[in-house]
Formats: sequence, C-alpha cells, structure tokens
Amino acid sequence: MSILYLVVQQTMFFSIPLLIVALGGVFTERSGVTNIALDGMMIMGAFTSILFINQMQGSMSGQFLLLIAILIAVITGVIFSLLHAYASVNMKSDQIISGTALNMFAPAFAIYVARMIQENGVQQITFSNTFRISSVPVLGDIPIVGGLLFKNAYITTYIGLLILVISVIVLYKTRFGLRLRACGEHPHAADSVGINVYKMRYTGVMISGGLAGLGGLVFVIPTSTQFNATVSGYGFLALAVMIFGQWKPMRVLFAAFFFGLMKTIASAYSVIPILSTAQIPSDVYKMIPFIATLIVLAFSSKSSQAPRAVAVPYDKGSR
Amino acid sequence: MILLKKLLNIRGFNNATSSIVAIFAGLLFGFIILLVSNPPQAVEGFIIILKGGFSTGGKGMGQVMYFATPLILTGLSVGFAFKTGLFNIGASGQFIMGAFAAVYIGVKWTFIPAPFHWMVALLAAAVVGGLWALIPGLLKAYLNVHEVISTIMMNYIGMYFANFMVKATVYDSRKALSMNVAESAVLPKGGLDKIFYNPIGSSGAVDLSTVNSGFYVALIVAVVMFIVLNKTTFGYELKACGFNQNASKFAGINEKRSVVMSMVIAGALSGLGGGLLYLSGASGRHIKAVDVLAAEGFNGIPVALLGLSNPIGIIFSAIFISYITLGGNYLQTLDFVPEIIDIIIACIIYFSAFALLFRNILPRLLKWRTDAAEIKNEGEDE
Repeated sequence: MSILYLVVQQTMFFSIPLLIVALGGVFTERSGVTNIALDGMMIMGAFTSILFINQMQGSMSGQFLLLIAILIAVITGVIFSLLHAYASVNMKSDQIISGTALNMFAPAFAIYVARMIQENGVQQITFSNTFRISSVPVLGDIPIVGGLLFKNAYITTYIGLLILVISVIVLYKTRFGLRLRACGEHPHAADSVGINVYKMRYTGVMISGGLAGLGGLVFVIPTSTQFNATVSGYGFLALAVMIFGQWKPMRVLFAAFFFGLMKTIASAYSVIPILSTAQIPSDVYKMIPFIATLIVLAFSSKSSQAPRAVAVPYDKGSR
Repeated sequence: MILLKKLLNIRGFNNATSSIVAIFAGLLFGFIILLVSNPPQAVEGFIIILKGGFSTGGKGMGQVMYFATPLILTGLSVGFAFKTGLFNIGASGQFIMGAFAAVYIGVKWTFIPAPFHWMVALLAAAVVGGLWALIPGLLKAYLNVHEVISTIMMNYIGMYFANFMVKATVYDSRKALSMNVAESAVLPKGGLDKIFYNPIGSSGAVDLSTVNSGFYVALIVAVVMFIVLNKTTFGYELKACGFNQNASKFAGINEKRSVVMSMVIAGALSGLGGGLLYLSGASGRHIKAVDVLAAEGFNGIPVALLGLSNPIGIIFSAIFISYITLGGNYLQTLDFVPEIIDIIIACIIYFSAFALLFRNILPRLLKWRTDAAEIKNEGEDE
C-alpha cells in the first residue's frame, strides 16, 4: 500500500506541472499563436523564483515564501512571453523560429546569470525544501483518499487543480473565452465583429507565459533541491500533452496524468518491486515517457483538430 | 547611387543583409550583457568574442573549421527541411545516432581494409541518421503527427538510446568517454595539417589542429545539396510539396513520399555530421554519454536561418557560428561565462525571425530615399 501511495504522490508531482503548462499552451494556441517556447518560459520562471528562494530562505520559509516565489515565477513568465508575443503578433514572424530562439536563450541566460552572481561560480542554484505539507488538516485524516492526495503534498498541487477549474470556466463560460477561441479559429471573422485580434493574441501568449513560468517552479520544487537551468524537456512534453488533450482542458488533465504516470515509472522504477528486479539500465526507463508520447500522438493525431488559424500571423489586409 | 540601386535589386544581396543585420543586433545585445555584468572587462571580452578562432593562431582557425564541419551538415539538414516545408528540430537526435553508428563501426569493424573503413563508418552514420528521421517522416506523412513534436521526442529517445548503446558497446569507463576509433577509421588529414598548426618552440614540433578532410566532405555535400535543390526535378518536387501539398498532389507528385524523403535526407545529413565530428582520432571529440542533447543539432537551426536555408550560405554561417563559439571559450580567461555566446546566438535567431521585415522594409526604405533623391535631382535639372 505504501508503494501505491508513493506512486500516486510521485505521479502528482510530475503531472501537475505538465497540466499547468499544457493549459498555458491551450490558451496561446486557442488564440492562434503557437508557442514552442513553453520550455524556455518554464526555465525562466523556475530560474527567477528559485533564485529568489535561494536568496530569501534565510529570512523566511514555508508557504509564505513559496507563494511569493509563485508570484515571481508567473510575472517572469509573462514578461518573457512578451518577446514571443511581439515577434509573432506585431512582427508577424515565424512563430516556431521565435520560439526556438527563446528556448535557446532561457537556459543560456539562466546559467550565465547564476554563474556570474553566485560567489562560487557554479550554475546550480540550491534551495532547502521547506514547502512540503506532511498532512493537510482534516482532509489528510480521511482513510485511503487522505493518504493518496492530502499527505506529503504541496500547495502547488491544489493551485494546479484550481487553475484547471478556472481555465474551463474562462474558456467556455466567459465572453473573453469565446473571443479568444474565435481569434484562433477565424481571426478575420472575429475582427469583423469588433474584436481586437492583436490584443487577444497578446493576452493568450501572456497567459501561457505566466502558466509556463509557474509550471517551471512547480516542476522543480518537489523533485529536486537544486535548479540546474533545465526542466528536462518538460515544456515539450507539455506541448504533446496539449495535442493529446485535443486543446480541451479536461482532456488535458487526463493526458497529463497519463504522462505523469509514465514519468513516474521512468524515475521511480528502483522502488517498484517488479521493475527493480529486472536488470534494465536506467537509460531505457528514461526513454519511456518520450516513446509513450510518440505512440500516443501516432494514434491521436490523425483526427486531431488544432485551432484553424494557429501559427498563422494575422494580417488585416490579407484575405 | 545607381550601384546601390542595382545591388538592392539582387535578391541574394537583400537576403544576406537581413542576416547581417540580425548578427549585428545579436552582437550588440551580447555587448550590452557584457557591459551590465562586468563593466571593466566588457570591451576586452567583446574583442575576444570578435577575434574568435584567430585568438590562437593557425591551430585556432583549424579548430574553427573542425567545429564548423558538423554545423554545416546539421545546418544543411535543417535548411533542407525548411526548403521542403518541414521544421527538423530533431537534428540533435539524428546527429548523435549517426555519431554512435560511426564510432561503433570505427571501433569494432576493424576487418574492413584501411581506405574503406572510414568511408563505411561515414556511410553508416548517414544511414542511421536517415533511419532516425524516417520515423517522424512516416508519422507526419501517414498519421498527421506534427514533425516539430515528433522530432523533439526523437531527440530525447536518440540521446538516451545512444548513451545506452555507447555504454554497452564502445565505452571507455576510465575516461568516461567513448573509445578511440581505429587508426583506419580516422578521417585522413587531406593536407590540412600542413596549414593549421601552431609551432612549439624552435625544434620543429607542432601543435596540430584537429581539422581533417571531413571539412572537404562537408563542402562537397553542400554543393551537392545546392544542385539537388535547384537543378533537379526531384528537388523541385520536394520544394513544391513544401509550398503547397494540395497543389503538388494535384500536379501528380506523390506528396506523402516527398515528405518522407525530405525527412530521411535531412536525417542523413545530420547523421553524417555526427560521423564527421567523431571520426577524428584521439585528439578529437568523443561521445560523453551524459544526459545532454547534442548542441551541434540545435546550432544547426541558427546556421540554417542565417544562411537562409541556402546550402552555400550555410557554409558561411556555420563557419561564423563556430568562430564565435570558440571565441566564447577563450572568454574564460576573463571573469566571463561562455554561455554568453548561446545568448548571442539566441538573439541572432530571434532577430532573424524578423527577417521578413528586414527583407521587405529595409530595401523599400533605401529605395524610397534614392527615388526621392533622384526626383529632387531631376527637379533641379529643369
């Protein structure tokens, strides 16, 4: 039973960042801008917020510190995403190229700054983890469910689920959501009824940046005690999750859990009895999430319905 | 003025200007970062970047060419895919798989006679790289999986798989590197050792650069790709599919086959690049088998963008990227971190994404000025 708890908890640690970042991807793609820079935005968000924790952990700790760090991660992501928004909306440039540039920029920048400002010149930023909630009051005492979901948890898990609920409401129950989706499907029609397509696309990209920045922090906190200028390709996995989830928030949730489970198998195989006895090198396990992604994409892409106008720059003058 | 106007009408010139503007913008940004992070040494550091490979004489320039060789190939790979409407972000995985194939044959297949050993190893690198790209090609053509996502996944799978295979077959655990390839599998120097070296003392001993005939191979492949793309029906069909799949299908081109072929050729180029870099004797590079994606693959993207996907342009842009990367390594003599180069390259790509703007607006702006000047002149004549 303790192994089951461990697997579920680990799956949560891996799934929640994927969920948050993939939801960010949903917002940007639904507005008509593709954003392969999610990975870079995760790195930037994680970098500034972990750096903040690293600097401030002497004077404060626990949930308060984490909440401020979350705020910093979101703001960093939003600011960084403005670069992508500017290139793809104002400059009408190739969105994949701009995204690639940001993906290259982020880790280089994180390493550069870390090595320049840390006294010993190392690129890893360490932090002590004071954020784990060993048991949520009341809820943690529920048998089984409490053990699965409310013990050894992080506040970020619940924030992630909250973001999911808000995303569903915003996308499907508000005027803003409808307009955003319209810009991704048929920007000219949206424009003709007075919606500012540029503004909508900016908003979409900025939401994705904020969520990706947050996702970066959420990814690093439970799985490590240092940040090494990488989020292990999670931004790209999140893109795959988004496609597998067919650009719909609730399906994205299931996709994220699927990949979280795969990732858990890849990283926790040594404590799962059946897998640890088989003599398979770790490199093989590390491949599993990516192979699973490919297979799943192969089966789900045939009928996939991407937003019609995604990755097409909006030009008022074109037909 | 007339000369300027004529120049502006040449497309190649216009295109090159956009790259040059992007390079300048990137370098300027790099300089600003140097200034912010360490003002007293900023100018000195920037000069080191600009001096690049020249900082260490003949050997340095040889090293520039040695590291440019794989970049030409991965640049060609990305550029070729661009021309045919695909974005091959998976050069990294294809590169490392090709590298593994070459090193494996270089170490193990010593039964092949000398002049053919390195050729077979290179061929295998290209074939394995091509096969690695075949999977995303098929997925794209028949199952509608976007090649950006699938090639990224193939990057990670390739990295872990190559690490696993290297550790299982050709690993030297004392050095934590792949083993040296057999002497017969090392690419011949091809006369380049007569040019690129630094003399040690006056005894006639030399500090040789690692550059070898792989550089020639890269140049030849670039020319071949230029001919394939611009002078053959096959290349035309592939490009047509890149522009408009439906129109090509209507015109009787097998568009699915074209997509697969484009990916396979792109993969073969990257794989060959891996072979060329690693078949270089004891002083050359060895596979480290760590969990880091091969940088040569990703740097193929800026190389292709700066070279505007033109095979000949790619040769120059690869040498440029290799040149400033080496400059970045020499930066460590000051209180700087070589990652500044990655930042500069990222900025160059970002600005080259604006290429369209530069390409259309810059000449128009200049033209407008010359026109205005001419009109003014004419007015004065009357």
